Amino acid sequence: MTTMTTMAPTNTDPTAHLSTADIADLGAELDAIRDGVLASRGEGDAAYIRKVIDAQRKLELSSRAILLFSLFPPAWLAGTVGLSVSKIIENMEIGHNVMHGQWDWMRDPTIHSTSWEWDNASPSDMWKHSHNELHHTYTNVIGKDNDLGYGIMRVDEDQRWKPLYLVQPVSNAINACFFQYGIAAYDLEVGRFLKGRVDKADFVNRGKKVLAKIGRHVTRDYVLHPLLSGPSALTTLTANLTANLVRNLWTHSVIMCGHFPEGVQTFAKTSIEGETRGEWYLRQMLGSANISGGPAMHFMTGNLSYQIEHHLFPDLPSNRYQEIAPKVADIFERYGLTYTTGSLPNQVGSAWKKIIRLSLPNDFLKRAVTPARERTESAAA
Amino acid sequence: MTTTAPRPTLTGALRGRILKLAERVTTPLVPSDYLDVIDPLRAGATLRGRIAAIQPETADAATLVIKPGRDWLAHVPGQYVRIGVDVDGVRQWRTYSLTSEINRSDGCFCITVKAIDGGAVSNHLVRRARIGTVLHLDQAAGDFTLGTSVPAEILFVTAGSGITPVMGMLRNIPADSAANIVVVHCAPTSDDVIFGAELRALAADGRIRLVEIHTRKQGHLDIATLQSVVGDLTQRQTWACGPSDLLDTLETYWASSGITDQLHTERFRSPIVTTGDGGTVTFSTSGTTIDSTGAESLLDAGEAAGVLMPSGCRMGICFGCVAPLRQGAVRDLRNGEITTATPGDGVVIQTCISAAAGACDVEL
Repeated sequence: MTTMTTMAPTNTDPTAHLSTADIADLGAELDAIRDGVLASRGEGDAAYIRKVIDAQRKLELSSRAILLFSLFPPAWLAGTVGLSVSKIIENMEIGHNVMHGQWDWMRDPTIHSTSWEWDNASPSDMWKHSHNELHHTYTNVIGKDNDLGYGIMRVDEDQRWKPLYLVQPVSNAINACFFQYGIAAYDLEVGRFLKGRVDKADFVNRGKKVLAKIGRHVTRDYVLHPLLSGPSALTTLTANLTANLVRNLWTHSVIMCGHFPEGVQTFAKTSIEGETRGEWYLRQMLGSANISGGPAMHFMTGNLSYQIEHHLFPDLPSNRYQEIAPKVADIFERYGLTYTTGSLPNQVGSAWKKIIRLSLPNDFLKRAVTPARERTESAAA
Repeated sequence: MTTTAPRPTLTGALRGRILKLAERVTTPLVPSDYLDVIDPLRAGATLRGRIAAIQPETADAATLVIKPGRDWLAHVPGQYVRIGVDVDGVRQWRTYSLTSEINRSDGCFCITVKAIDGGAVSNHLVRRARIGTVLHLDQAAGDFTLGTSVPAEILFVTAGSGITPVMGMLRNIPADSAANIVVVHCAPTSDDVIFGAELRALAADGRIRLVEIHTRKQGHLDIATLQSVVGDLTQRQTWACGPSDLLDTLETYWASSGITDQLHTERFRSPIVTTGDGGTVTFSTSGTTIDSTGAESLLDAGEAAGVLMPSGCRMGICFGCVAPLRQGAVRDLRNGEITTATPGDGVVIQTCISAAAGACDVEL
């Protein structure tokens, strides 16, 4: 039995045991959870997001003020930590979630998906299109969801191997360091443009917008704030560079945990034709993975540690994912499905392992360790 | 040489430069996003106000004393203000008459709110609002005012919370004014009269003649009763505020007497006389499309669909809800009038009194 050592995934369908009626019931149960949150959504939730925005702005202001004196190492350290944390909160718990429309119900024009702009290279309108419309609709559908490996990586056995994928461990590390620019290039569909699949005039037009935004942000972080710091100019520049790097590495790691770890399922294009509400829910459940941890960890991931709950209900306020998570996990259990979750180091490690493994063709390692004689035997069998 | 354009000054240009620089420092936000965290009522901020005190008036009415932001301009007695308040976390806009004297030493103004059955905002303000809450404001507006000089003979006809703009005027008429003022006010019972004690004190001082109509016992006010308690109605300038049927009665009589120009009215709610035909409504900016019945306003329909709809009085007077109608047809719920637009027309409509009369595309 040589197949015992196989590293290749089993291609059994994890939903094979569910009937059409089961899936409809599952959909109804999830709808009920959603209705429960909608019915109780109100003053407390509004107070929560306002408090977070208020605190983030105060943290950013004070961190940048401290960095005016960044020549003194303690000031550099305190300011850099503060600014890193502020940028992470701004991108994740605030920006990502506001742009999802999670707070649109408050009818506050200053906290609304149509008016929000974030501290990230990708302009909000482009990000909303590629993230909200494409990724959240076609989650983990090979050939439809560009988030699956961002169109440059192989993260599933069912994606055909190409020699280019050999460098993906390196390119993923580089992408992690420059993640905000990676997102911008991705939202701009640079890859599709190079393949000639995007209208050129439209691409140039959107490219100008991205470059203009990047220009404003670079001027802010690497010219104006350093200049305002006078003698501390150089150290403020390194502080801002560090804060952007920390934010990039952190967001990249968290987002990698959402859909890349082992256990997450992918889907064929044909599988979503005529998909019902229940089936859509099912795809979100199996195509996402959570991160376990304490309240501070959940907050710093923008509650994307509740990736499964977020993908089921992308427009529910992020502060509510925590309370519905046990109910969602219970549904997984009762319907015989696997709720993929693990600690942050575990999930990050798992995602990296997959990226390294899939940079090689399927079964490459197995073939390398299995004697040639056995291989021919099993092939003959 | 005359010119109306402001001449660019050195300080003006400098301030512009500094603002530009500040925006570059705070991008993608603007400086005011950070300044609002520190002082939401400062000069230059979006107009807001803080509830400084709440005084009960009757069992279901209360006066809110509001300290407005620095940019608040003085109001004219009788005007209303548009107020945005968060009820259960949702921003709701309503208009309320200003009831305070102008130029108070503490810089505050007052509104008096009567909780109406099923009214989310009025009940919130009367029963649940707390001192210190920050509200959103517009500048005072409205032409239900006494005008430049106080007329010699005045009649005020009010019912329920219709007394509020009139109280705003009475409090600002000097105590030594020679004006002959009659106030005819309708309320279910004596206890339901908002500002009852103050009105009776004004009457006792001889500053007004007060006629209270307690409708639970006396029934609704009609022209014959009004004539019998006031005398010759044609001799006076009249300001009336109350429910639609009362105002309709007055307007009919004043018109038949040929003295329409002597009657000034303010309505709370517009009667719905007609409905649209319904249709597919596209809110193009937010990319939302819904099927709307002809009976619901575009404002209600849009809010229900989660579109960020500007709003105000919800009765067609304050123009806080106007939005461009790119194309399509809408019907005015008050009079049935149809408004149509084709792209490029630049037609703006009041969403609170407009219903779909076929497919339409609203730029929101």
